[in-house]
Amino acid sequence: MNLTLLMYLIPSLIMFGCGVYGFLTRKNMIAIMISLELMLNSVDINFVVFNRFLFPGHFEGMFFTLFAIALAAAETALALAIIINVFRIARKVDINEINKLKF
Amino acid sequence: MPLSLTIAVVAIPLFMFFFLGLAGVKMGRKLTGVLGVLGMLVTTVLAYGVALTYFFGDGPQVVDGVRKAVIVFNPDWLSFTDTLVARMGIALDPIAAMMLVVITTISMMVHLYSLGYMSDHHGHPEKGFQRFYADLALFTFSMLGLVVATNLFQIFIFFEMVGVSSYLLIGFYYHSPAAIHASKKAFIVTRLADLFFLLGIMILSFYTGTFDFFNQNGMVGMTDSMEAAQTAITSAGGATFMGCSVMAWALTFIFIGGAGKSAMYPLHIWLPDAMEGPTPVSALIHAATMVVAGVFLVARLFPLYVIEQGAMEVICVVGAFTAFYAAAIACVQSDIKRALAFSTISQIAFMMTSLAVSASQEGLIEIHHGYGLGYMASMFHLFTHAMFKALLFLCAGAIIHAVHSNENDDMHGLHKYMPITSIAFLIGCLAIAGIPPFAGFWSKDEILVACYEKGLGWGIWMSMVAGLTAFYMFRIYYLIFFWKEHKVHTEHRPADQVWTMTVPLIILGAISCVAGFVPMHDLVTWDGAALHTQLNWTVAGTSVAIACVGIALATVMYYKENALPAKMKNAFSGLWNAAYHRFYMDELYQFITHKVIFKAVCVPIAWFDRKFIDGFMNLLADATNQAAYGIRRLQSGSIQGYVYLYIMGALLIAVVSMVCVLI
Amino acid sequence: MESVGNILMYFVIVISIIVFSVLTVTTRKMLRSATYLLFVLFATALLYFQLDYQFLGTVQIAVYAGGIVVLFVFSILLTHKPGKDAAALDVHRRWLGLSAALLGVAACGYALFSYCAFCGKELTGDGSITIERLGHFLLSTDKYGYLLPFEAISVLLLACIIGGVVIARRR
Repeated sequence: MNLTLLMYLIPSLIMFGCGVYGFLTRKNMIAIMISLELMLNSVDINFVVFNRFLFPGHFEGMFFTLFAIALAAAETALALAIIINVFRIARKVDINEINKLKF
Repeated sequence: MPLSLTIAVVAIPLFMFFFLGLAGVKMGRKLTGVLGVLGMLVTTVLAYGVALTYFFGDGPQVVDGVRKAVIVFNPDWLSFTDTLVARMGIALDPIAAMMLVVITTISMMVHLYSLGYMSDHHGHPEKGFQRFYADLALFTFSMLGLVVATNLFQIFIFFEMVGVSSYLLIGFYYHSPAAIHASKKAFIVTRLADLFFLLGIMILSFYTGTFDFFNQNGMVGMTDSMEAAQTAITSAGGATFMGCSVMAWALTFIFIGGAGKSAMYPLHIWLPDAMEGPTPVSALIHAATMVVAGVFLVARLFPLYVIEQGAMEVICVVGAFTAFYAAAIACVQSDIKRALAFSTISQIAFMMTSLAVSASQEGLIEIHHGYGLGYMASMFHLFTHAMFKALLFLCAGAIIHAVHSNENDDMHGLHKYMPITSIAFLIGCLAIAGIPPFAGFWSKDEILVACYEKGLGWGIWMSMVAGLTAFYMFRIYYLIFFWKEHKVHTEHRPADQVWTMTVPLIILGAISCVAGFVPMHDLVTWDGAALHTQLNWTVAGTSVAIACVGIALATVMYYKENALPAKMKNAFSGLWNAAYHRFYMDELYQFITHKVIFKAVCVPIAWFDRKFIDGFMNLLADATNQAAYGIRRLQSGSIQGYVYLYIMGALLIAVVSMVCVLI
Repeated sequence: MESVGNILMYFVIVISIIVFSVLTVTTRKMLRSATYLLFVLFATALLYFQLDYQFLGTVQIAVYAGGIVVLFVFSILLTHKPGKDAAALDVHRRWLGLSAALLGVAACGYALFSYCAFCGKELTGDGSITIERLGHFLLSTDKYGYLLPFEAISVLLLACIIGGVVIARRR
């Protein structure tokens, strides 16, 4: 049995689907962030896998993933800071109940 | 004195307007007034210098004994086409130079007079004293700019500006509803007339291809451009509109513009109401200067009118009718300022008629060689009338200031209390009645001669009006100064006013005595050449006799209190009432505007506007509103909804592209 | 032909990725969700190791597992009472999410199976990279040099730090 490119893409795809499902269904803002991380992670896997299988001597995909991880860290930190601040003010993390700024 | 100083003559009042208008409030009343008078004094001296240089200096303006127009400067302002260029310039020719003298003299007198007149209002300090002086300066500037204009476009602009300053000054007492109504009325009526003026300008400039009065090289007077004008008119001669040539229409329209300013029938209705303004303003604007702008305009375009006899006939008829109509109304008015206003209308109509009869000579060539007596007479009368009418108005102002009323019932017998004013008023009356050697005699005599030259009927008609003039002026005079003893209130004992108000009366009275001896026929003629005239003793004698009859009649009826006027009033009550109500012209206008125009035209238009125009706009707004409400749900603010739509959209694109690949 | 160990490793990784991904989004306890996420991330790191990207795997563990998940756990603990379930999902919402996810997976899977020209490609060569070369790449301005994105990321992280401080600061 050979491990082909496709075999790595399938779990990544399923992970992405889970991320989408979670993003669309969860109400908790932190849960939504977690789903987002899932999606990001699946994309990272795709970059790495394509890079490794198609261009073994090159590292563009790997670097892209590296930077994406850094970006994800930054984004998560900020988002969680905002969520905690919102929680501090509204005592809520449910995305449907945070509607004070809505028209 | 160099003629280029005319620029200073025009510029100083403009500067004074800005200066007094902006800094006046800080400066205080006294300083403002004194500065205004001083500025006007400088302007007057310069204007006299320029005019004297123009008339008597041997500058380049005199060529073979003929005075040409001098264009001091004339830069381009708006270039409509290569040839049709609106310029802003200063030009001097005989009538402009004469008008400079008239305007600055009267304006100077009024400035001085206002120092006294405007100092208090029924015992309180007058509000807006500084504004008054600024507005006077604005008016003076506008009027000077008008008379030195080099082209029709410029004259139109200054026409509007005198209209604006007139509006401002009529509405000076803006807390009085009557003054506001009067100012609006004056503005609207003259605007309506100016609409025609603008139409006339457009037609004229379209066919002649120029706005300019004078030829380009600056030394050629209007008379020499006549051939050019004639060519232009004949080239447009093929174009006719409703049976008249377009030139006749254009010139008639321009005359209507002038008639609006000069209060010719039926556009005269604003002038009597304009007397709501302060009396010095009435003297300056509504008696002496602005109201002759129409006459000036016709005189400016005189060479064109000479060619277009049709337009001249219109002016002639309108002028002759207005002269009589206004004189008849003046006979019964009880408000002295209104009576004087109608007298002004009548006198301006004299000038118009005189211009008109002057043009209706036989053929062009003869005119070229020294006819145009009526033109000279008209300008002469403009000059003398400005002096004695300003005198009369200033006297009226002094009287009103003394008794705090405009009605002659509140006056009577003032001769004892105000001798200087009385004598000045008498001089004015004698001048306007045409008794030699006062100013009016000389100019009115020339007008009558010109009318008799046109035809016996015209002459007799105008002589009759002249007699009427003498009658109503002396009626006013007697009712003010004699008739019966004055009822003296203890707190207000009428007397001659302060020196600032008396001095202008004396100066203007002196001018009214001697102005007739100004050799106007040498100076102000339409082709610039001296006109040889001599006193026509037949006409002069007749007119003096008629004037004497009028005066005698007035003396019999009004010198001492008697029942004769009341009897006359009862005998001709219908006529008297009609004249007192100005032959119901105001009511007619009221009917036409309110009942006919408002009801029949404006109401449907307003309905259409409200229902259709507004309705359409409301429809657009409502549709947008509804659509916005409809799609507002999409903008839910729910991030998950957005993501869902986004994913579905991406999927749709993916599916479509896959299907496309499969196909 | 791969070694059996490699294949076994692959299956462990893939199954844990799939199972824990599903559990992450379906569990109703937030803290468990975060823990499952941690497992997914660990599995991903293992996957990177298997593909010879040791450095990337290390970074994945250090930053994601060590940093981000800890942040998640902190914020969950700050905002939730422990042991309390999240409210049940309403049916409508679940079907909506499920349809989107499944349709997406179906479309992408179909595309993968139908059009992927190199999907059958096998692993070749040694893809590993030494830290030294990686460092040279990151700080190089040559072709395949990443100095500019590296600096941009540093600025971004700085901005993020400041932003985090400003947002979280008690006024």
